[in-house]
Amino acid sequence: MKPLRNLRLSRRAIPLLLVAPGVAWLLFFFVLPILQLLLESWSQPTTRFGLESTLSANPQNYNDAISLASPLLLRSIGVAGLATAIGLVIGFPMAWWVVCRGGRWKPLLTGLVVTPFFFSYLVRTIAWTTLLADSGPLMQAIKFLSLGHLLNTIGLLQDGRLLNTTTALVAGLTYNYLPFLVLPIIASLGTIDPILLEAAADLGARTPRIFIKVVFPLALPGIISGGLLTFIPAMGDVVNSQYLGGVNDRMIGNLIADLVLIQQRFSTAAAISMLLLTMIGISLLIYTRKLGPTSPGGN
Amino acid sequence: MTVSQLNQKRPNKRSFSFKTIPWLTLWSIGVYAILFAPVAVIVLFSFNDSQSRFNLIWHGFTLKNWLNPFADPTLAQAFFTSLALALLATCLCILLALPMTMALERFRIRGASALEMLLVLPLTLPEVVLGASLLLLFVQLRLPPGPVALVIAHTLFCLSYTAMALKARLGGHDWTLEEAAADLGAKPSRIFTQITLPRLAPGLLSAGLLSLSISMDDYVVSSITAGSVVTFPLRIAGAFQRQISPQIHVLSTMVLLISLVALVLSCREPEGRTNASTVGTDGD
Repeated sequence: MKPLRNLRLSRRAIPLLLVAPGVAWLLFFFVLPILQLLLESWSQPTTRFGLESTLSANPQNYNDAISLASPLLLRSIGVAGLATAIGLVIGFPMAWWVVCRGGRWKPLLTGLVVTPFFFSYLVRTIAWTTLLADSGPLMQAIKFLSLGHLLNTIGLLQDGRLLNTTTALVAGLTYNYLPFLVLPIIASLGTIDPILLEAAADLGARTPRIFIKVVFPLALPGIISGGLLTFIPAMGDVVNSQYLGGVNDRMIGNLIADLVLIQQRFSTAAAISMLLLTMIGISLLIYTRKLGPTSPGGN
Repeated sequence: MTVSQLNQKRPNKRSFSFKTIPWLTLWSIGVYAILFAPVAVIVLFSFNDSQSRFNLIWHGFTLKNWLNPFADPTLAQAFFTSLALALLATCLCILLALPMTMALERFRIRGASALEMLLVLPLTLPEVVLGASLLLLFVQLRLPPGPVALVIAHTLFCLSYTAMALKARLGGHDWTLEEAAADLGAKPSRIFTQITLPRLAPGLLSAGLLSLSISMDDYVVSSITAGSVVTFPLRIAGAFQRQISPQIHVLSTMVLLISLVALVLSCREPEGRTNASTVGTDGD
């Protein structure tokens, strides 16, 4: 009897043993640091560098965080939201085209959307500085068409420059997160049965109506998950504002990096991080509530 | 309505068509052009016969950068540092992720969905926050930022990607061969090395290459946890104001080629899926 019992025990233990190292790694290097960050955001720095601190119920760090970060936080939300919206306008027709007209090239066309993003993120962004520079091709085209003055008055150019402006920052964010937006939309458009569109057309619906009543509701899960996949990382982005944005285009991520690396104000950085994580958590929660178990479009 | 009738209806799809289709095609070509614009710049400038310290102005075609990819010694050193770091982190990732994903796919584990959530969660965190939280942990562990901290940080964020890629692979894995081997009396270790591992090799390779390219690309987390270690992206960022050598473009293009191999490998159908499905139905 004894060896058999041992065998059973070990059979049960096998999956746990297999899972254990990975789980331990994630608990120790992911969950624990986040908890520490939470603790740090509620503690009072006792040394100048904020490395040794004592817990306190005083929301001092959060007061600091809100006064220091709220303009940047709002700005980041605005910039990321704008990048997501522009990405949708650019990406949706493209996704539609890939799904409808792709045919047997669809996997290739989908793959091509991702390909540029296997290039180093940093190098890609630096390449954009070449394209947007004062002597770069885009500015040359603007000068050639003598649109400079017009674009300046609209506010797309700042002091006749494209590089180091909010425009460049938004463009960079839109570009860098476009595949995250387009791929889920392609996936959800791909599940629409063309017969549905045909049926709507047979029943006399015009193209705009088909689009609003049939295509859009069915594509909504993809649009929302793509939007979140763009909005969340864009909000915490550091690189684009560093290389493409202007002096006043710092984002919340830059502030956190500054506080950690240069000013070494850990507890304030922790409080700002917590605010950022709360916002991300809320948007993810809305997403799972709205789209988790059931998908819309039933009616 | 039968299937053949449905198929006959297919050509009628033309009766419903978006009038904007030609416009859409132009639009999509335009978007693809934008997507590839910076890539074109990088690849083009890797062939630039650069005269100044900034490889930003076109001077003429040359192959000399490609023939001397390591001509810039500090850049080359940073490149190899990144490569070593990426290889180390990838090995650790696979050692951690493979057993975990195998257990998730093969057995029914209590809390499997929570575990999958835990795997995805690091990807939803902004990189700065991830880096800051790790730095806080390292400070408390009295572990100064540096090589060890970098390996831990890279393993952490690559782990999620590796696990997801492996899970997608293992989803189509048919375990009847393993079960047959077990019925015939093979030991688990032998089953793993002689059956599971060879069949998983392509999946492991593509997951590993994915992890390699993600690790080689990381800038934000590295900038917080690297200490005095200079990785490839950190070197590029540091040199940005003073010097942009054409070797940056050459080496980046090389990394791109590695990543493309990963993409192609991961797009290929998992081996034996069709066979596996027939075996499965026979078994039932």
